[in-house]
Amino acid sequence: MSAPTAVLFDVPGPKARARNGVLGVVAVIVVAALLAYVIVRLVATGQFEGRVWEWILYENIQLALLEGLVNTLRAFAAGAVLALVFGAVFALGRLSDHAWLRAVSTGIVEFFRAVPLVVLMFIFYFGMPSVGVTVSTFTAVVVGLTLYNGSVLAEIFRSGVQAVPRGQSEAAYALGMRKSAVMRFVLLPQAVRSMLPTIVSQLVVLLKDSALGFLILYPELLYQARVLGSSGQLGRPLLPVAFVVAIVYITLCLLLTLLANRLEARTRRTSPAPAPVVDGAV
Amino acid sequence: MNVLLDNLGEFGSRFLGTVELFVLSAVASLVLGTVLAAMRVSPVPAMRVAGTAYVTLLRNTPLTLVFFFFAFGFPLLEIADLSFFTLAVVSLSLYTAAFVCETVRAGITTVPPGQAEAARALGLGFGQSLSLIILPQAIRAVVPPLTSVQIALLKNTTVAAGFSVVEAGGIYQVLSERGYSTLVGLLWVALGFVILITPLTLLQRSLERRWSASSGGAVKAGAR
Repeated sequence: MSAPTAVLFDVPGPKARARNGVLGVVAVIVVAALLAYVIVRLVATGQFEGRVWEWILYENIQLALLEGLVNTLRAFAAGAVLALVFGAVFALGRLSDHAWLRAVSTGIVEFFRAVPLVVLMFIFYFGMPSVGVTVSTFTAVVVGLTLYNGSVLAEIFRSGVQAVPRGQSEAAYALGMRKSAVMRFVLLPQAVRSMLPTIVSQLVVLLKDSALGFLILYPELLYQARVLGSSGQLGRPLLPVAFVVAIVYITLCLLLTLLANRLEARTRRTSPAPAPVVDGAV
Repeated sequence: MNVLLDNLGEFGSRFLGTVELFVLSAVASLVLGTVLAAMRVSPVPAMRVAGTAYVTLLRNTPLTLVFFFFAFGFPLLEIADLSFFTLAVVSLSLYTAAFVCETVRAGITTVPPGQAEAARALGLGFGQSLSLIILPQAIRAVVPPLTSVQIALLKNTTVAAGFSVVEAGGIYQVLSERGYSTLVGLLWVALGFVILITPLTLLQRSLERRWSASSGGAVKAGAR
């Protein structure tokens, strides 16, 4: 199929083709059997009966799910913007010429990268009230997403800036630019350009992580699924609702992933990075 | 300090639960991920498609959703009566395996093509050249990023707190029942994770340094 893997095996001859054919059929059968078993169990336990799918027709349930989606996207949007800002600030801190600023930034970034996001959210939502500060679930989710993903983004930005060839900043200094100008006009545009696919991939992670808000009962998609799914009136349609929610999540993430892949293909096509002066419109 | 000392047993048993979850899922995900990677580079198109579909699906699904399906959905199917702990291990392994697969696959491409060609010239088949020639050399490139994947797994074990598994993240419930400060307790948990992760990070850095220094030429890679 692709070039790097094709080297692992010869072009199959008649014998190998027959063997691969048999293996292929076996693989298809195993996968099909697994899926069939799950479907049989789903049917046997009544997950495909009309009664547990009726909810999909009710307008207020559609609205509730839509509200869940909006809440997910709201947390994602706020978290993404704040994480990008946090990442940019602390990347600059880590690249600073002042040792104390570097040390502080490194400490903060390393700490928030090491602490699980769930624990961060718990600290803000369950922990803060014990010192008298009540935090809404939305704030706890967004702050958690910002601190964790912002720290990861800071590392991405930093490595992007450091990967810009040294001659670029030397030339800029030689032209008489100051530190801030070198960063703004020479290093950052090239770094962001080369790191864009990685940044978008990290945003996929952020979107997936927003589902952790479920654990502190932030009313996002999964929470709505749980509430709807345990409603006795609707016949406890937990799995049907979960399927719909899963499709929504996977579609959203896939769209972002496709964007990242496309950006990466574009960078690969146009690299090595063109001269930054020509390339003003980043 | 009192929060930690008074509840030392609770902290201990919960971090033990975290470590158990981590070790079991790490082993399972490494095995499954390597098998998936082999499927994705195999000469059988059906296996490649299955592997690709699995990885694409799981990488674009939030871990919480995977947990949701196994913790709440799986019992509804009445297939087997598994504990929440087992279901958590299954969820974590299936999710992490997709990332292990991608890392191992990336590692395979770092092995110089001449190695695979030489293996084929010696008459080794796909299985033999992969397991005897390619994977042993790919390990060197793969261990540092695999360590990152496993660190992520260690942190992801805390998701199980939301699904009734005894592990470190869920300690706030016990502490607030006993009237201790949940904030201080959770900060101790955060510190605990930093302590658990630090040796892994140090190991990763030293391996990275040692191996990137010695792999100056692709030719030398054959000397392992």
